[in-house]
Amino acid sequence: MVEHGRKMINLNADVAIIGGGPAGLAAAISAHENGAKNVIVLDRNSWLGGILPQCIHDGFGVEETGTSMTGPEYAEMYIKAARKKGINFMNETMVLQFDKNRKIIAVNKKGLHEIKAKSIVLAMGCREKTRWNIMIPGDRPSGIYTAGVAQAFINLYNIMVGKNVVILGSGDVGLIMARRLKFEGANVLGVVEILPYASGLPRNVVQCLDDYDIPLYLNHTVTYVKGKERLESVTIAQVDEKMNIIPGTEREIKCDTLLLSLGLIPENELSKNVKIELDDLTGGPIINQSFETSLSGVFACGNCLQVYDTVDTLSMDAKVAGENAAKKSVKQNKFINVKAGKGIRYVVPQRINEPGKIHFTLRVEKPCESPTLHVISDGIELLKKKLPWANPANTVEFDIDISAEVVKYKDLEVILDD
Amino acid sequence: MKNFHVAIIGGGVIGSAIAWELSKYKVNTVVFEMGSDVASGMTKANSGVIHSGINSATDSLKARFCVEGNKMLQSLSKQLGFPLKMVGKYVIAKNEEETKELERLIKIGEDNEVPGLEIKDGSEVKRKEPNVPCYKALWVPTAGIMQPYEFTIALAENAAINNVNFLLETKVKNIQKKGDNFLIKTNKGEFQSQIIVNAAGLNCGEIVSMLEEPDFNVYPCRGEYLVLDKNYSNLINSMIYPVPPKELGVLGVHITPTIEGNILLGPSAEFIDDAEEKRTTKEMMKTLFNEAKEIIPTLPEKAVINAYSGIRCKLASPKEGGWADYRIEESKQTPGLINLLGIESPGLTGAPAIAKEITRMISKSIELKTKTDFKTRKIIKKRFAEMTAKEQSDLIKKDERYGRIVCRCEHITEAEIIQALSNPIGAQTLSSVKYRCRAGMGRCQGGFCTQHIVRIMEEQFKIDVNKMKLKSPDSNLFDGRTR
Repeated sequence: MVEHGRKMINLNADVAIIGGGPAGLAAAISAHENGAKNVIVLDRNSWLGGILPQCIHDGFGVEETGTSMTGPEYAEMYIKAARKKGINFMNETMVLQFDKNRKIIAVNKKGLHEIKAKSIVLAMGCREKTRWNIMIPGDRPSGIYTAGVAQAFINLYNIMVGKNVVILGSGDVGLIMARRLKFEGANVLGVVEILPYASGLPRNVVQCLDDYDIPLYLNHTVTYVKGKERLESVTIAQVDEKMNIIPGTEREIKCDTLLLSLGLIPENELSKNVKIELDDLTGGPIINQSFETSLSGVFACGNCLQVYDTVDTLSMDAKVAGENAAKKSVKQNKFINVKAGKGIRYVVPQRINEPGKIHFTLRVEKPCESPTLHVISDGIELLKKKLPWANPANTVEFDIDISAEVVKYKDLEVILDD
Repeated sequence: MKNFHVAIIGGGVIGSAIAWELSKYKVNTVVFEMGSDVASGMTKANSGVIHSGINSATDSLKARFCVEGNKMLQSLSKQLGFPLKMVGKYVIAKNEEETKELERLIKIGEDNEVPGLEIKDGSEVKRKEPNVPCYKALWVPTAGIMQPYEFTIALAENAAINNVNFLLETKVKNIQKKGDNFLIKTNKGEFQSQIIVNAAGLNCGEIVSMLEEPDFNVYPCRGEYLVLDKNYSNLINSMIYPVPPKELGVLGVHITPTIEGNILLGPSAEFIDDAEEKRTTKEMMKTLFNEAKEIIPTLPEKAVINAYSGIRCKLASPKEGGWADYRIEESKQTPGLINLLGIESPGLTGAPAIAKEITRMISKSIELKTKTDFKTRKIIKKRFAEMTAKEQSDLIKKDERYGRIVCRCEHITEAEIIQALSNPIGAQTLSSVKYRCRAGMGRCQGGFCTQHIVRIMEEQFKIDVNKMKLKSPDSNLFDGRTR
């Protein structure tokens, strides 16, 4: 969009939430409970709940409520609660941009909207990596889907994506789709994973692959895709510890469908547009203990902040983000950094500017048995915690009381000794 | 059986340009395209370069049509509404010896009447192209870029609204000469035509052999490309070419900006046996990147986001040096058969001039009377995403479907998807939508919009899910309903 005309529909909000998936819903409810009267949720889709309506398997809500729900049930719980509070939902509404003064430009079939928000919560979710994120050579036939797209076709539209299926990547969506396709009568020929371990939750490996005799090829990857029109075969090969293909291990598998479960990328085009600082390691905005980004009054939660393991922890964090968005924002000018040191892939929050009890989430670099977690500030150990095990598929969470002294001067470093 | 004056075989840029040129006259024309859309063969997969004419020997058809076509393209772009940018190109020399090659190119260029050629010092190039170190470079101001499929779609759709028949997924199986007419058998029935224009690209030999013994061979030569993310569009401003390699009659791995802001690295040149082998290979991806890095030493590896390949139609084998001129001629043995053989680079640039030439050839046997009701329609109007807020608001008021964004990466609206699917040649694959309105071309590669486009195809265009295709007749997307 080039310029702003006068034909905008003008709205005001205490808290405007971009994205009506689980994070946006939880943040909206919490913002309302914490005093924000006028909460608007903007969502592109014609439905609420984001990706949840297509996640028809169960296991949602166990940590949070003690009850196992399906994705649609879990979403319904939040949608009902939000509707009760009179939260204003704008569906089929796409946010085109927002600026440093928290003025949002959005479009829907009624026209262009200009929404002035006291605070904004980013809850845009994430997208899936594609074939081209890992540059698989070969032909460009039909029959190659990301796991989430295949899940949408099967579960929302009752459309089958194929008959003979290979799945590349053992993330949770890939594992769940292996079982789902089996239920629908497809031949699932195997799940191929380049790492020496599955990247999805261990319970999903058991419940989705082992229980259905679907082979898991660890230390393998897809090296070639063949098919002039529809996919005809993929070639898989074994890799060494440096992930180089071991010559002679190539094997062609005839199939008509390749599902890609290669990981998720937080969606932050809107954040980039307004120059919110992003963390290369999480792909999401850098936040402080209040979930506030580098842009004052703009908060981030859900999978656009970091890719969560379960919707339960995602919602719990999103509620904190919503609560803070309803309150006044903290002045950002002085802060200390939280650094991901040895053995740690990332830590959230990345910044602290107020003392108090702070909740941290981190992901480790690689699986290990009984490692020790250290949090250090200027040579002083603030936390030493022995973990029974650690796995990149599962985030590690812990709380620390951060004193005013620490916040004044010293960066924190988090390391893992195995 | 349907009778036509002219049957064009092949809906690539050449066939489509001829169809459009003929659509200005009262002549009954049909285009047979075996793919599911126009521009689905060689046309789709090349560098998208508007060549100046410095690379082809003076007096060759390649030089003549390239220079003529180059002059026509700018006004065609305005008339038909496909974008182009005359970004110019540098051919860079790394040392004194390569500089001699630049002088040779200048000589050819000047003989071909290419204007504005200049040799620049490395320091001067560096000011314009800070990422391109070189000793000297030849500056070619009349070279430019466009999207080959946009140009071809514009030609074909304009031909179609002027009553040219486009028969997609129609493969010519057999041709016989019956008296003054040709009897053409296809998978979609039989047709008659007075003239056949063989614009079948890589299949030009197959078409000739239906009527006579071909006196030529086609040598398919694959070119692979890498595509860089739009975030790296600042790496270059113009096209950057090395001095052409001595063998194979190709221009070497060059670096080309695109209209959309991506950068292309390539193409490679590899003679292959099967013209259908449009694949990319891990080895060549590496080679392309390394060769491009010799031109831009700071090229980051993570910038690569996609790869594709295309096949050149060469009439000379590698042993013969790989270079041969086009053959554009009526068959002596089979009058009425007009062949376009070996149309490779700079065929995209030459297409409008070649179309004029073919029309002249046809006018020798069929009287071509100008139509009085010839219509022109700009194919790409301004995209919603590029409009001012006022323009956007006005449009949504007129048609609320402009207020529904379907492709979130490129901000393409439901109205634009519907327009793309309502095209006058009846192309309705997922790629047809992508090439007409860019839905699915962005970061998520269709992850979010595919399901919505499928829903629009099903609900508004009543296309059966089992008949939905990615890009070609057998590239089915789905396998029925869930049980």
